[in-house]
Amino acid sequence: MTEPVRFFEVIRYTLGRLSSLIISLVIASLVIFSVIEVIPGDPASFMLGINAREDTLAALRSEMGLDQPLAVRYFDWVIGLLQGDFGNSWTYKTPVSELISDRIWVSLPLAIYALILSTLIAFPAGILAASRRGGTSDVTIMGATQMGVAIPNFWFAMIMVLIFAIHLRWFSAGGFPGWSNPLQGLKSLTLPAISLALPQAAILARIMRSSLLDMLSEDFIRTARAKGLTRSQALWRHAVRNALIPVLTIIGLQFSFLLAGGIIIEQIFFLPGLGRLIFQAISARDLIVVESVVMLLVFTVIMVNFAVDLAYAAVDPRLRSKV
Amino acid sequence: MKRGLIIGSFLSFVFMGLACISFLWVPYDIETLDIANKLKKPSLSHWLGTDHFGRDIFSMIMIGARTSIAVALLAVGIGVTIGVPLGLFSAARRGCFIDEIIMRGNDLIFAFPSLVIAILITAVFGASAVNAIVAIGIFNIPVFARLTRAAALPLWERDFVLSARVCGKSEARISIEHILPNITNLMIVQGTIQFSLGILAEASLSYIGLGAQPPTASWGRMLADAQTLVSIAPHVALVPGLAILLMVLGLNLMGDGLRDLFDPRIKEQRT
Repeated sequence: MTEPVRFFEVIRYTLGRLSSLIISLVIASLVIFSVIEVIPGDPASFMLGINAREDTLAALRSEMGLDQPLAVRYFDWVIGLLQGDFGNSWTYKTPVSELISDRIWVSLPLAIYALILSTLIAFPAGILAASRRGGTSDVTIMGATQMGVAIPNFWFAMIMVLIFAIHLRWFSAGGFPGWSNPLQGLKSLTLPAISLALPQAAILARIMRSSLLDMLSEDFIRTARAKGLTRSQALWRHAVRNALIPVLTIIGLQFSFLLAGGIIIEQIFFLPGLGRLIFQAISARDLIVVESVVMLLVFTVIMVNFAVDLAYAAVDPRLRSKV
Repeated sequence: MKRGLIIGSFLSFVFMGLACISFLWVPYDIETLDIANKLKKPSLSHWLGTDHFGRDIFSMIMIGARTSIAVALLAVGIGVTIGVPLGLFSAARRGCFIDEIIMRGNDLIFAFPSLVIAILITAVFGASAVNAIVAIGIFNIPVFARLTRAAALPLWERDFVLSARVCGKSEARISIEHILPNITNLMIVQGTIQFSLGILAEASLSYIGLGAQPPTASWGRMLADAQTLVSIAPHVALVPGLAILLMVLGLNLMGDGLRDLFDPRIKEQRT
């Protein structure tokens, strides 16, 4: 294949993915907006209480823009999002973007921390299991991953609090001291990150193992063995590198699980992240906050998936034809 | 791995059995409070101890099993009854416009972080077991639709389908009479896995108060109640978590075992 053709294909693939990305984002915003719209209960009467006078209610509704037609409100919201203006929170009386930027410094580091932990656990476990296929360590590791997948992570978090915070007193049971002392901040995110990482590590280890085993039956491994490499030399020099492609894809996809999964873990550890923000906003009927945070999470997930798709196609050109 | 299948089925059927028995009999009524006997350790009269209201934990586990299993099963039901026909239709009309729309729609649902949307749905329509079922069920639809389509596509090239077409059978009839029976095994395996994921999802939702509401007992709810008591009475927090763990583990082992049983080729490749 000549270079210009290849270049054209790359452009075509990227444009194809890009258009489906945009369609996804538009539909996602429509879904979120309309779901929020059908929330029972008028936010204005919720905020003012049941004894509010009709004219004050009407004034507040027009102040919040609730008297506008649906389509106008939708476009106002989307245009605002595009400009980075998420509107003002009705309960906090501050811009939603400020609320989000405060809390993202808890949720994002937590997700990244958990991702690193999950990779650090899963890689050695998966490689060890694959290299000792059928042996004791393989059976033990696979058994452990079965447990890891089955444990509800919020329960695991409670058990860890019981052991490491209440009995051993190594960590605090919850709360977040801020990043003024980075080590303290990191320490308070450790238990939450472990409980988030555990099920993901179990899944990743299983994929690492099966991906490696697939590689080990390939011809190039047989060639390497024929050239005199031992099984484990062939595994380390040739199989691991090739097995990484599917594994990296999964890691990308896991990031979104970790970001969304943090919602529950943040509740357990009283971390002031996006998850707690959503819950507080839901109970206070602060719809604009709910709407924006959910949209932000969905946006992040869709963007990460998009990036993973592109990266995957860059590594494996065969996929490009399947747009 | 026959052993996995046996252990897995045993665990799953124990919990399903407990759930069935709970309709007829439970050791203690969980709606009467017995504060005098609160937070008792496991004993002969209360096998798994009592909670902060003096309710028998074993009885609550039995009734909680009922809630979890009902929610997860119905959510799988939603996924199967909508997803499988969509997948069959897509495969029958492969490559056409409608196939494309169905598959893109599926991709879109996959792109949403399921927990966030489940929280959104239950927050909007109110927290209840029914809304939890719908929230979990929606995310089962694309799973079954994709799997059905992927499994049905190669079948359309097979000779027996060709001869059915020669006989003049319609696409719909071929899908139901020839394609569907050939993918049932696959659906059972996937159903088991989605069932276990549903149990976990139900537990998460009711843990954050968006699932089954009191007085309905549910495992996630029991864990939420136990959270503040974990230092005083660890067993109150340990028991429901163990129940979830064992039930999910059992279903996963059963799913893996069934897959090996139905398709021995996979087993040879893996071990």
